[in-house]
Amino acid sequence: MDNIAIELRGIDKSFGPVHANNDINLKVRKGTIHGIIGENGAGKSTLMSILYGFYQADRGEIFVDGKEVAIRDPNTAISVGIGMVHQHFMLVENFTVLENVMLGAEDSQILNKGIAKARQELKGLEKEYALEVNPDALIEELPVGLQQRVEILKALYRRADILILDEPTGVLTPAEADHLFRILGQLKAQGKTIILITHKLREIMAITDEVSVMRRGEMVATRTTRETSVEELAELMVGRRVLLRVEKGEASPGDVKLAVEGLTVKDSRGVTMVDDVSLEVRAGEIVGIAGVAGNGQSELLEAIAGIRKATSGTVLLNGQSVDVTGHRDPAELRARGLAHVPEDRHHVGLVLKFEESENAILGYHNDPRYLNGVFLDIDAIRKDAEEKIAKYDIRPPNARLKTANFSGGNQQKIVLAREMERGPDVLIIGQPTRGVDVGAIEFIHKRIIEMRDQGKAVLLVSVELDEIRSLSDRILVMFAGRVVGERSPEATEGELGLLMAGVEGRKEAAE
Amino acid sequence: MDFFHVLVVLLESTIRVSVPLVFAALAGLFTERAGVFDIGLEGKMLGAAFAAGAVAAVTQSVWMGLLAAILISILLSLVHGYASITQRGNQIVSGVAINFIVAGSTVILGEAWFRQGGRTPALAEGARFQTINLPGADAIRDVPVLGPIYADLLSGHFLLTYLAFAMVPASWWILYRTRFGLRLRAVGENPGAVDTAGISVIWLRYRAVICCGILCGFAGAYLSLAMTAGFVKGMTAGKGYIALAALIFAKWRPKNVMFACLLFGFLDALAIRLQGTPLPLVGQVPVQLMQALPYILTVILLAGFIGKAIPPKAGGVPYVKER
Repeated sequence: MDNIAIELRGIDKSFGPVHANNDINLKVRKGTIHGIIGENGAGKSTLMSILYGFYQADRGEIFVDGKEVAIRDPNTAISVGIGMVHQHFMLVENFTVLENVMLGAEDSQILNKGIAKARQELKGLEKEYALEVNPDALIEELPVGLQQRVEILKALYRRADILILDEPTGVLTPAEADHLFRILGQLKAQGKTIILITHKLREIMAITDEVSVMRRGEMVATRTTRETSVEELAELMVGRRVLLRVEKGEASPGDVKLAVEGLTVKDSRGVTMVDDVSLEVRAGEIVGIAGVAGNGQSELLEAIAGIRKATSGTVLLNGQSVDVTGHRDPAELRARGLAHVPEDRHHVGLVLKFEESENAILGYHNDPRYLNGVFLDIDAIRKDAEEKIAKYDIRPPNARLKTANFSGGNQQKIVLAREMERGPDVLIIGQPTRGVDVGAIEFIHKRIIEMRDQGKAVLLVSVELDEIRSLSDRILVMFAGRVVGERSPEATEGELGLLMAGVEGRKEAAE
Repeated sequence: MDFFHVLVVLLESTIRVSVPLVFAALAGLFTERAGVFDIGLEGKMLGAAFAAGAVAAVTQSVWMGLLAAILISILLSLVHGYASITQRGNQIVSGVAINFIVAGSTVILGEAWFRQGGRTPALAEGARFQTINLPGADAIRDVPVLGPIYADLLSGHFLLTYLAFAMVPASWWILYRTRFGLRLRAVGENPGAVDTAGISVIWLRYRAVICCGILCGFAGAYLSLAMTAGFVKGMTAGKGYIALAALIFAKWRPKNVMFACLLFGFLDALAIRLQGTPLPLVGQVPVQLMQALPYILTVILLAGFIGKAIPPKAGGVPYVKER
């Protein structure tokens, strides 16, 4: 079997009580694109980090090109031809492209000689693989798509034959993702072996030759991509049948519950993040905001939620004006019927060191229900938390457990339960399923639809275009702080993708 | 004395008091650029000054004194490194602890060994640095303008003074033109990038901390072997903190570091110069106010005049592989 590039035998790794990789076997054929799919926490990234020498396996063997190798650190991995593109780019932002590519692979103690050589070699690589990027540009000035290209160049510069990509499309627009896939196709044609880690089934189907599925630290199956289906893979990932389509009926929009007019938000450096945005959300409808991360959606949500000051504009909540440019008071907004599920549950939505029950009342601690004079009524709080745990199927069902010990999906359910069970008129939700497993996604989507059907106005921000398309009744696309277009959920992905990339929007604005 | 001569004298003493600041601020530059914040510059400098004074007094050799200063300073740096790099402790706490330990122990050891109230014995000529007259200094002293500038301002300093200013371009070259410097700057911005490139974050940061120790050693030795003839308790008098302020003021860049140190040195020299001299309009100013002037200006400068100083992104954060 000399056409096997990578073989893993019996890889085992535990982090304390967590068995991240349980006796994993994997064969990756040379010159193919091999997908590894699984839910968050299934152990994909751990496995690849072991292959790259970032972690050490407790047990198991690694064979590269048929020879056993002991990969103790990234250096060894690089020396046997393995390169990795990390999910969070490992780039120094205030360095140039060239400096980043060279880092760790400089030829001599003095940089000058090395720089000239690296520049030449980089130019060669760019030409060979059609990966153009200005070597003297600073990383922080490059869009993420190009930053990722630099990561790929880094690996190629180190003469990697086997390229691992960890969730590479998370930060890309659909068009950038397509471009990436073309690049990967080209690399494959040049004989490189590619391992693609993802939780997006569509990507697996589109580009891989073979796919391995991981679930809860175990390798459950390997399939030839042509011979499998999305449904089969989803079932393998979750361990049971899942509904991939969100089922929902027609929306019946009522009165305008949330009206935003000419909202402009600047960040601390004075850069305009939200630029003159106007929108309306009616009772009983879900308005989705699509866009690549960083185009002002986060700031828009925060300004509406009263945790960020707007420079100008008005917001009407239930027909009454909200002081968005002056005094901010999220508690008051909550009392007036606005609930907010923040994008970043770890830093904004939850205090991870608190008990579940404490997080379940975060921000509502002045509610007389939870008070006993000036003291908190701990029994009432726990009882309330237990009700929510039952209703939202939060696991483990323990209101006294530290919140950090819940999985991402269950943490998100804690936040959702807190905000939804208040019976708000307007619900604004950021990234409802970021870092949430497929099973929980299904549940969360159902709950959001239920809120709509109960006549709530829902404003949804997500970078997952599929999520926006399947949940929303109307879709607004944001690019560079502006709403560049409105589409119905039937709009094609390509159409939305062009808007997200700012291509269509400019034309529309010009017309 | 005319204005020109006053200026030459003032600038000459500016250079003299700036030297420990330049050494210490460059020392801070190396560790902070590598992502290890170091509030313990003061303690390292003080420890080095004591070691230099004590060893030079005992051995009667200035070179042994200098060597001892550097060794002690490196040792203290390694303590800080162990606490903040290996044990991933809080870097501020570790730095403050070092400052306190040194401030106390130098007095105790000095009293125990020399019984002069915490001082080390005054050093004889061979046991301290002598000023160096640059060639031709005396010959051209009488040439107008250029003469005094060369003979009084540039000539007649200690070896360490020239070394301090030579260290500025040298540090720049090391940081921006060598492999070590590239990696050092990278580890202060994104240690993950360094780790995944197959370079040891820990070893790299230790080397940065050692560089800091060497430079603080020079700073301390200058205080007790050149500026004065022996160690006096608490003789650093906050210079480590001023150096830290200069480093921030300079936005962590070598050339700016030198100018920032010269500015703080100038304020210091001015304060000494103006003591007891009535100023126009205000008249006699209390000595204490003049002495406080550099510190007051430090606060003002740092508060309002530097714009946004962006520290190395990974500064102060121990490196832990994500999980």
